[in-house]
Amino acid sequence: MTPAATIAVMDSQATISAEIAALSKEYDAGGIVETQPRVDYRPYRSSTLRHPTKDLQQADPEGVELWAPVFGARDVDPLESDLTIQSGGEPVGERMHVTGRVVDGDGRPVRRQLVEIWQANAGGRYVHQRDQHPAALDPHFTGMGRCLTDDNGTYSFTTIKPGPYPWRNHRNAWRPAHIHFSLFGTEFTQRRVTQMYFPGDPLFALDPIYQSVVDPAARERLVATYDHDVTQHEWSTGYRWDIVLTGSHRTPTEDA
Amino acid sequence: MSATPGQTVGPFFHYALPYDGDRDLVAPGAPGAVRLHGTVRDGAGAGIPDALVELWQADPQGRVVQQQGSLRRDGHTFTGFGRASTDRTGEYTFTTLVPGGVDAGLPFFALTVFARGLLDRLFTRAYLPLGDAAPDALLGSVAEDRRSTLLCERDEQGFRFDVRLMGEGETVFLRYPGH
Repeated sequence: MTPAATIAVMDSQATISAEIAALSKEYDAGGIVETQPRVDYRPYRSSTLRHPTKDLQQADPEGVELWAPVFGARDVDPLESDLTIQSGGEPVGERMHVTGRVVDGDGRPVRRQLVEIWQANAGGRYVHQRDQHPAALDPHFTGMGRCLTDDNGTYSFTTIKPGPYPWRNHRNAWRPAHIHFSLFGTEFTQRRVTQMYFPGDPLFALDPIYQSVVDPAARERLVATYDHDVTQHEWSTGYRWDIVLTGSHRTPTEDA
Repeated sequence: MSATPGQTVGPFFHYALPYDGDRDLVAPGAPGAVRLHGTVRDGAGAGIPDALVELWQADPQGRVVQQQGSLRRDGHTFTGFGRASTDRTGEYTFTTLVPGGVDAGLPFFALTVFARGLLDRLFTRAYLPLGDAAPDALLGSVAEDRRSTLLCERDEQGFRFDVRLMGEGETVFLRYPGH
């Protein structure tokens, strides 16, 4: 397909932005607080055929659902938390440190649990066959990392600040810079995959994935804060992002 | 505290989340090994080539395993956790053991489904065929015409469990209290 033909069938940013605005207005008028993304969110075109239409079935967690898989030192090499040393040279871009705590809905730290991340490089390019947009691959950056939280629930990664990148949701669509996070809790039901964003990104208002969380305060929870105490002298900038998983169902005494 | 919102797994997870041995909780051909497989389909019935299914299950004795080593399998330890990305046709496959029921409950595979286009993960249960067993609380609470979406079908190598994200035959997905 020629670029012109592709463009012809794509909606404009104005169309997408109008849809986002209409859904936002409708939410504000509804008066019911939502804290999670809508799975049925039309401005994100790929969701059209990929969301359940029936209500989720209420289930009391039982058996394995009350527990999470265990990961440990055998699973994760400590070096995997540094995404800047994986490919035999310094990657291009702004070296940054990102850290925060993973806690459950009651504020208890999620200890010694797996955190996985993946992201684009500084130029907004992923090491993935499907990402063919003409930005440079960085031979010194693959953009995936893992770590285990410590006894305080703290995770920590050294990486490169990812760039924004174009995608084909609509004409001239750009994703705000983000890092994908995959998280486990102490129970199966707490499993979460999400994205961390950077403060003040001008693309927020235009992005249907970020805006699929229709509640402004809930959306804000996806945005890291710049933390100068995490920034290191002549080395790296620092961001902090805390993650709250859903509440647990096992009684605390069983955690012993 | 309010939970951090979920976001879609997106199209680029393949170089990060899959790992060697992710879908083989036991080696194919190992004693007791069975296949759990199926197709993840969208609202038009098409297989979804960029979905990811995670499996969490008890061992055959109905014990909840709490052993590390899912990411680097040693070939001997059954950890109960696996991960399988779908192929071009939307098919996922695990090689695993048949789960036992935990605390006298019905045996099931707990599954989490992720996909590009799916803005938040979905949970479901893939119960072993019921045989003579009575439906449990969850199965009993589901409308009869949708109950079969929670049941594996036995096949030659193990079990088949198709996931339909949307539309006709839509899989029953779960919400847990407090979520």
